[in-house]
Amino acid sequence: METKKRYISLFVENRIGVLAKISGLLAGKSYNLDTLTVGETEDPTVSRMTIGLTIDDITYEQVKKQLNRCVVVIKVMDFSEVPIHKKELLFVKISGCNEKDKGEIFRIADVFSMEIIDYDKNTVLIQCVKSENANNDMIALLTKTFPNRIEVVRGGAVAIDAVSTQSY
Amino acid sequence: MQKVLPCVRAAVWRFCRHRVVRCVWNFTVREGGSLAYLAVLCAICNMIRKGWCCLVKGTEIIVKALKEEGVEILFGYPGGQAIDIFDALYGEDSIEVILPRHEQALIHAADGYARSTGKVGVCLVTSGPGATNLVTGIATANYDSVPLVCITGQVPLGLMGNDAFQEVDIVGITNSICKYAVTVRTREELPRILKEAFYIARTGRPGPVVVDIPKDIQQAEGTSEYPSEVSIRGYKPNESVHMGQIKKALSMLKRAKKPLFLFGGGVNIAGANEEVTQLAETMGVPVITTIMGKGAIPSKHELYLGNIGIHGSYAANHAVSACDVLLSIGTRFNDRITGKISEFAKNAKIIHIDIDSASISKNIVVDVPIVADAKLAAEKLLESASPLGVTGWMEQVQKWKKDYPVNMDHYQGLTPEKVIRYINERFAKPIITTDVGQNQLWTTQYIDMESNRHFLTSGGLGTMGYGFPAAIGAQLGNPDSTVIAISGDGGMQMNIQEMATAVALELPLILVVFNNGYLGNVRQWQKIFFDKRYSSTCLTYRKSCQRNCMKADECCPKYTPDFVKLAESYDAYGIRVCDEAEIGKAFDYALQHKDAPTLIEFMIEREADVFPMVPTGKTLDEMIMDC
Repeated sequence: METKKRYISLFVENRIGVLAKISGLLAGKSYNLDTLTVGETEDPTVSRMTIGLTIDDITYEQVKKQLNRCVVVIKVMDFSEVPIHKKELLFVKISGCNEKDKGEIFRIADVFSMEIIDYDKNTVLIQCVKSENANNDMIALLTKTFPNRIEVVRGGAVAIDAVSTQSY
Repeated sequence: MQKVLPCVRAAVWRFCRHRVVRCVWNFTVREGGSLAYLAVLCAICNMIRKGWCCLVKGTEIIVKALKEEGVEILFGYPGGQAIDIFDALYGEDSIEVILPRHEQALIHAADGYARSTGKVGVCLVTSGPGATNLVTGIATANYDSVPLVCITGQVPLGLMGNDAFQEVDIVGITNSICKYAVTVRTREELPRILKEAFYIARTGRPGPVVVDIPKDIQQAEGTSEYPSEVSIRGYKPNESVHMGQIKKALSMLKRAKKPLFLFGGGVNIAGANEEVTQLAETMGVPVITTIMGKGAIPSKHELYLGNIGIHGSYAANHAVSACDVLLSIGTRFNDRITGKISEFAKNAKIIHIDIDSASISKNIVVDVPIVADAKLAAEKLLESASPLGVTGWMEQVQKWKKDYPVNMDHYQGLTPEKVIRYINERFAKPIITTDVGQNQLWTTQYIDMESNRHFLTSGGLGTMGYGFPAAIGAQLGNPDSTVIAISGDGGMQMNIQEMATAVALELPLILVVFNNGYLGNVRQWQKIFFDKRYSSTCLTYRKSCQRNCMKADECCPKYTPDFVKLAESYDAYGIRVCDEAEIGKAFDYALQHKDAPTLIEFMIEREADVFPMVPTGKTLDEMIMDC
């Protein structure tokens, strides 16, 4: 069956064991999730999770139902059909850079609106806040340009429903 | 006088433990302080602790919670981290504490109690092994939607995570097999969590709830208030029914040429038996059930075609394959009932009523989903129900039912069918529990059920060792009913230690053991699909046996244990039946003894099989009638 990338925003109780409950539920039912991020909301008793999955329609319906019936889940928001803003934080550390490399890195950062947040004599640290797909492209580009010299850490997507009618 | 004295002593003791008495004693008598000084201290204490004279220990609020929730029977096994709770229960006359001999049997007994009474079953065990021994029972109850509250002791908060003695993360272990699991982390939240636990267990689709209580929280003092209201923002069980969907379902049924009703365990749990029976009668539609739905409509009802599934009746399985509209209530469309899933009811539009939205379109995609309580939905359907006039279809299914009855006629002598049919004739409305395996399948095929709460079996998880302890729980909850546990020789030994419990409680249980010396259900599969390679299924095996044995004969070693002697060693009664003529006599013998259980061992044909059956991967109408 055809799979699609989807996002769920989940409001859960902010308590010990809730993250384990949700990730355990998804793993126990053999639903493979791409990303899961979690953080406290404006109400400190509530946490909000953004779950990214590549999944078919029928399984996706089942995931939502299973999440909905968890006592610790307050609300399940399906982001597949609504305009949303979604972003992911990406850090890329590039080591063994000479002056020429640094110039290239600065150019790439400039063109793709990435920030250089730290560097020393031969290491540069880039910060990039884009969609997951755009971050994939950045990693591909940097891997190609600086093979075996990059170190990547990604934060997982966070998403929120848009105020306007357009997705970003 | 002898009865009054202990009561007075207990009252004095309870009074002496009261905080007021302790304060007066400490400040005035021991310390020599004045009463006026004490009054000032009390006022401060009162302000700080919100009602000082009402302060109680965690264990006392647990007991209070049990009383408020109407718990009459509690199944408990003590240990280091639960000892305080057991102390608080000591002398508590309104709660009977039952001590089974193993925690797994304990939870099955609580499960049997809950299924047969409709009340919440309560388990109380210690941390570590006490808690882990509950795991199989929790999963059993979860599958079959049985309301249980399992209170587990836990090591003190400060020791949690330190690999303390008898510490396990029981919430982590049971999260995926229960409705809700929680560790109490402050004394303040203890009453609320207990209230929520009972509420969650019994509402919506019922299920087991685990409440893990660290020892220091049991001992900590706090409010004695037990909440009367409950509000959980993440849990709002469905209490209504969508009328638009009901209308859609009715109009679909009205157009049907070959309608069929399928009732599952949800009908029995919701107590919708009368409504669904009336619905079938009004519309004139044949009915099939799952094994959990047995009794949804009386088995002798002319509209009833039998069980569906891999050991279902010919009529039921063919009806579901041929029907054009299937109304199913309270079933999960488990793989045991669907056979080859892509071919299940392939000509039919399916209407599915279930309280659990996650059960809808999980295995079978349905055309009209209705998330609602079975009883409520059936009532609404009944309001606008009218006869469908499908006489041709009715004649067809009745012909199947008549031409292909389920029986064991091809076996001679003593058969499980004869024993079960004897039970049908001899006993009016007995509570029947079964173990798992052939004994369970034969019972579901031949037992007559008139209503719900009388047939207890582990349908979802298929837990061997369930039947006997569940019967103990059922008998405790229904002291006036006849309770019969039907087991095999394999499953009986999985919780045989409960003979001690049943004898101690003087329960007049009738324990039917079908002894074929095999783990019969697996052996049957090995016979049909694995060329009779009876791998690890023979229970008469001795080391001196010839290797790779493929048959049973008179040269086989003696069976061990001797169930009759075993029963007698527990101070219960035992009798062995080898001939069909002795069936009645054996039950007479059992009925003569009301002070202890009677075990009746039926020596049945060793290689008897359960038929009909649908092989894995085949469709329901490709059933093997015998072999």
